[in-house]
Amino acid sequence: MTRHTLSVLVEDKPGVLARVAGLFSRRGFNIESLAVGRTEHPDISRMTIVVSVDELPLEQVTKQLNKLVNIIKIVELETSASVQRQLLLVKVRADATVRSQVLETVQLFRAKVVDVSPEAVTVEATGTSEKLDALLRMLEPYGLREIVQSGMVAIGRGARSITATAVR
Amino acid sequence: MTSATSRQAPAQGETPSPSTGPRPGPRPKPTPPGGAPVRVTGAQSLVRSLEAVGCEVVFGIPGGTILPAYDPLLDSTKVRHVLVRHEQGAGHAATGYAQATGKVGVCMATSGPGATNLVTPLADANMDSVPVVAITGQQSRALIGTDAFQEADICGITMPITKHNFLVTEPADIPRAIAEAFHIASTGRPGPVLVDIPKDVLQETTTFSWPPELRLPGYRPTTRPHSKQVREAAKLISGAQRPVLYVGGGVIKADAHAELLALAELTGIPVVTTLMARGAFPDSHPQHVGMPGMHGSVTAVAAMQRADLLVALGARFDDRVTGQLATFAPDAAIVHADIDPAEISKNRRADVPIVGDCKEIIAELIEAARAEHETAGGKPDLSEWWTQLDSWRDTFPLGYDWPADGTLSPQHVIERIGALVGPDALYTAGVGQHQMWAAQFIRYENPRSWINSGGLGTMGFAVPAAMGAKAGAPDKQVWAIDGDGCFQMTNQELATCAIEGLPIKVAVINNGNLGMVRQWQNLFYGERYSQTDLGTHKHRIPDFKLLAEAYGCAGLRCESRDQVDEIIKQAIEINDRPVVIDFVVGKDAQVWPMVTAGKSNDEIQAARGIRPLFDEDDV
Repeated sequence: MTRHTLSVLVEDKPGVLARVAGLFSRRGFNIESLAVGRTEHPDISRMTIVVSVDELPLEQVTKQLNKLVNIIKIVELETSASVQRQLLLVKVRADATVRSQVLETVQLFRAKVVDVSPEAVTVEATGTSEKLDALLRMLEPYGLREIVQSGMVAIGRGARSITATAVR
Repeated sequence: MTSATSRQAPAQGETPSPSTGPRPGPRPKPTPPGGAPVRVTGAQSLVRSLEAVGCEVVFGIPGGTILPAYDPLLDSTKVRHVLVRHEQGAGHAATGYAQATGKVGVCMATSGPGATNLVTPLADANMDSVPVVAITGQQSRALIGTDAFQEADICGITMPITKHNFLVTEPADIPRAIAEAFHIASTGRPGPVLVDIPKDVLQETTTFSWPPELRLPGYRPTTRPHSKQVREAAKLISGAQRPVLYVGGGVIKADAHAELLALAELTGIPVVTTLMARGAFPDSHPQHVGMPGMHGSVTAVAAMQRADLLVALGARFDDRVTGQLATFAPDAAIVHADIDPAEISKNRRADVPIVGDCKEIIAELIEAARAEHETAGGKPDLSEWWTQLDSWRDTFPLGYDWPADGTLSPQHVIERIGALVGPDALYTAGVGQHQMWAAQFIRYENPRSWINSGGLGTMGFAVPAAMGAKAGAPDKQVWAIDGDGCFQMTNQELATCAIEGLPIKVAVINNGNLGMVRQWQNLFYGERYSQTDLGTHKHRIPDFKLLAEAYGCAGLRCESRDQVDEIIKQAIEINDRPVVIDFVVGKDAQVWPMVTAGKSNDEIQAARGIRPLFDEDDV
C-alpha cells in the first residue's frame, strides 16, 4: 500500500465532513490524516486527506467521493510536485540542566519554542510528517509530555491553481 | 382561506420547472405557478414547490412536525395525497410509482419514527437507483440536538442510503431544496433524495418564487459518451466470435429499450436481461436467451461464462450475476457502459469503459457498429455461437416438476397468471422464491412492466409497490406476486388501496413457509427447518381470504390445479376493489436453476445435481 494525498474541494456546508468521513469508513478505508480549512473562495472549503491504499481501491474511493453532491473537485497531489506540511506542538520535559540541549535540537530542525516554564518547553514545528517524526525521535529522550499534530495540508507547486479551474 | 396554494392563475409565458423527471410521462404536466414572489408560509411554499415541479401524488402519513405541510396540502388541486398505513408503504409506493412511470416518486412522513420508517424503502430505492424524493418533518430548529420528542437525525441516518439529503434551515430555501432534490433524484444515476424540514421553518412566513436557481457546483453527471470509446467498443463487437449483450436496469431507466432492440437486431448478438432489466428486451424475441445470475437460465449463464465479449449496458456486475468473481466470464473482454463512473471497473475491470446515458451510448454504438460492418463488408458471422446457444436452450429450457405430494405447483400458478393477464399489465414482486419464479415464468415484453426489489432484497415490497404503480398507471392491471411471508410484512396497505381506489390484484403464493430460506435449509443445512414454517398452512393463521375481505378487498382462494385459470379470470374481472388470491401451494418446490452463493457460475445446476457446464468439456 502506498500513501496518497488527496486535495478535495467541497462546498462549505454543514455535514460535508461527516459525508466524507462516512464514505471512507463505509468503504473500509482508514484516513491517516485529514485537514479542513477555508480557501480564497468564500463558498469553498478544502480538505486534505492522506490515505494508505493501493491504486485500484484508491480509484474506487475517488469515484465514490466524486459522487457526493457537495464535492466539487478532487486532485491527487504527488509528493514530488507539491509542498506538504503538518504542524506539530510538543511539550518536552526540560529543566535547567537539559534546556540548552533541547533548544539546540529545536534550532537544528528550524522549529521554535512558543512557551517555556521551569520544567518544560513547548515546541512548534512544521514540515513533512517524516521531518516531524525525526524531531520527535530526537526529543524523546528528554521526555515528551504532550503531543498534538494537525492534519497534513498540501498545495501543488508552480503557478496553477486547482480552485481557479473549479469555480466558474 | 389561509392557503395560497393552487389559487393563483398560471401566468403567461412562464419558465418550465427545472426538473420534472427524466422522461415526461403521458399525462400533461401541471403548469408551474410563476411570476412575482408571493408571501406565504414555509408549508405553502413547500406545497407550491411540489406543484411547480410536477408532483402529482404524494404517499404519506401526517404527524406532529410535518403537520404544517398537511394544511395547505388539503387545498392543493394538483397534488394528490394518498394516506398510507405505514411509512414503509409510502416509500415503496413512491418507488413503485417511479418505476412504473419513470417520474419521481414522492413520500412524506413526520419526524422521528415516521422518518426512520422510511429508512428501508430509501435504502431499497438507493440500491435499485430509483428516483424518489422523501420529505420529512423535523423538530423546530431550537430543539434540534436536544433529544426532543420525535427527534431523529434523519439526515445523518440516511446519509449512506440516499443519493443526497438536505436539512432546510431557512424557509426561503424551500423552493430551491425541492427543485434540487427532484433534479438530483431524476438525473444522472437516479436515486432517492431526502429533504428534512423543521416545523418552525414550515410555519414561518417567507416569499415564494419559481423557478429557483439551482446551486449544485459539485453535481455534473456525464451523459454524452466519449465517441472514441464507443468506436473502440464497436471494433470489439465486430471482432467477437461469442459476444453477449449484458443488459441491466440502466437501460430501462434511460428509456433505451428501442435503441437496444435496434442494436441487437443490427448485430445479431444474444441478449441477457438481469433481474432489474426484465422487460428491457422482449422475452419473445429469438435473440433473448434469458436472465443471468444465481437463478438465471442455463443458457444465459453459460453464454456469459463462455463469451469472448460482454457488452454491459447499465448493469453493475452484481455478485448475484457474476457468482464467484474470479471465475466469472473468464475469456471475455468487457465493454462497460454506465452513467455512474464509479460502477465501471468496480467489480470487474473494463477493457472499454464508456460513461454516459445508455440511450445516447446505444444510439452511438449502432452508428459505430454500422460503420464497422461497412468497413468489414458485412456483419460478423455468429452462426457457430448461435448453434451452441440453441443447443443449450434446447437441452436446458426453463421448467419445473409438479410436486410429488400432489400439491399445487407455485411455478404453474405464476406461469398461468402471466399467460392469462398478459404482457400489458404491470407485475410487482416481494423477495424470495415467488420473486424468482415471477422473473422466470412471466414473459415480459415491455420495459417498466416488472417492478421488484433487486439490490436490497426487501421482503414486503410487492403490495405497496403495486399500490404506487397503480397510482401511476391507473389504466393498467397491476399484479403483486407475493409470498405469504412477504405479504404479512406490508399487507396493511390493502386498506389504503381499497379506500383510495387503487384496485390492485395480489397473488399470494402461499406455501406456508419462508420459502427461499427453507430451500437453503434444505440444500445447505441438512433439511433442518429452523423457524421457517409460518403456520399459514397448518393453522390457517391468518386466513388470507378473510383478511382480504376485512380490508374491503375481494378474497379468493385456489387450492387445486383445475381452479387456477378460472380464479385468475375471476380476479381479472373484479375492478371495483382490490383482489387477494390465496394460492395454497406446496412447500417443497424449489427455484432452479441455481448457482450456489459464492460458487463459480460454471457450477450452475439446471436442477439439483445436474451441472451442465461442469459436465461439458467440448465448449
